[in-house]
Amino acid sequence: MARVVVDVMPKPEILDPQGQAVAGALPRLGFHGVTEVRQGKHFELEVDDSVDDETLAKIAEGFLANPVIEDWTVRRVEQ
Amino acid sequence: MSPRIGVITFPGTLDDVDAARAVSYSDAEPVSLWHADADLKGVDAVIVPGGFSYGDYLRCGAIARFAPVMGSVVEAARGGLPVLGICNGFQILCEAGLLPGALVRNEKLHFVCRDQWLRVENNTTAWSTRYDAGAEVLIPLKSGEGGYVADQATLDALEGEGRVVFRYVGGNPNGSRNDIAGICSADGRVVGLMPHPEHAIDALTGPSDDGLGVFYSALDALKPLATAG
Repeated sequence: MARVVVDVMPKPEILDPQGQAVAGALPRLGFHGVTEVRQGKHFELEVDDSVDDETLAKIAEGFLANPVIEDWTVRRVEQ
Repeated sequence: MSPRIGVITFPGTLDDVDAARAVSYSDAEPVSLWHADADLKGVDAVIVPGGFSYGDYLRCGAIARFAPVMGSVVEAARGGLPVLGICNGFQILCEAGLLPGALVRNEKLHFVCRDQWLRVENNTTAWSTRYDAGAEVLIPLKSGEGGYVADQATLDALEGEGRVVFRYVGGNPNGSRNDIAGICSADGRVVGLMPHPEHAIDALTGPSDDGLGVFYSALDALKPLATAG
């Protein structure tokens, strides 16, 4: 068994209105100095030893992310 | 015999009943199709209606794309079956790869619900022949993730090939690139749009009956098939 983390982020050229809204709210809450916020998704997968890196890449690219608008990274993490 | 047009229902679909009603108004026969059933029941065209399939979990349309019925729709569309995706249906067709690009959160974050003017940019697709080129129509728009995006090369190709079918006029409601409201496949048989023509088929219940032309157009697209078959 292993834990796999997949992070999915909007591509840099894709407008991220949710991140902008968060960035816009911070000064109103008294937090200054945050110049940009990008909002994405974080997936944690528990996988058994039969799942190889190639399969994980297919899961990320073919389902968890939409490559038209999102970039993704896959990493195995220590339990 | 009148053409039979399938209307798919997923868990979370909202506008299948209105879409079926619009099909009836255009003198075609609506046929209910179920997400879990790969059988298209021999229909002559398919409408993927609006709503929130699978609760919009993961991304709008991302789960619906893998429904058994969509496998059949993708295969049939590649063979020339006319397919119309409205709102969530447009999102599903993009996720399924039948149309390029993607729909993202509206620029100002607000869910937009209003009667929206559109210009018909291409009146040669399977779903737009009943309109005059350049005609302006009033159709309800109701979506939170209706911003059309694609990379510049794709946008240039869509514009160059005349594959923008409907364009927002009188202000861009959601940040769509190039004011795009609807596009079509290279063969013009698959069309997706964010506004809801099925809500504009009768002045009693909608802002106009401008949407009816979409459904009548499909009948024209099917005539050559009927005489050939």
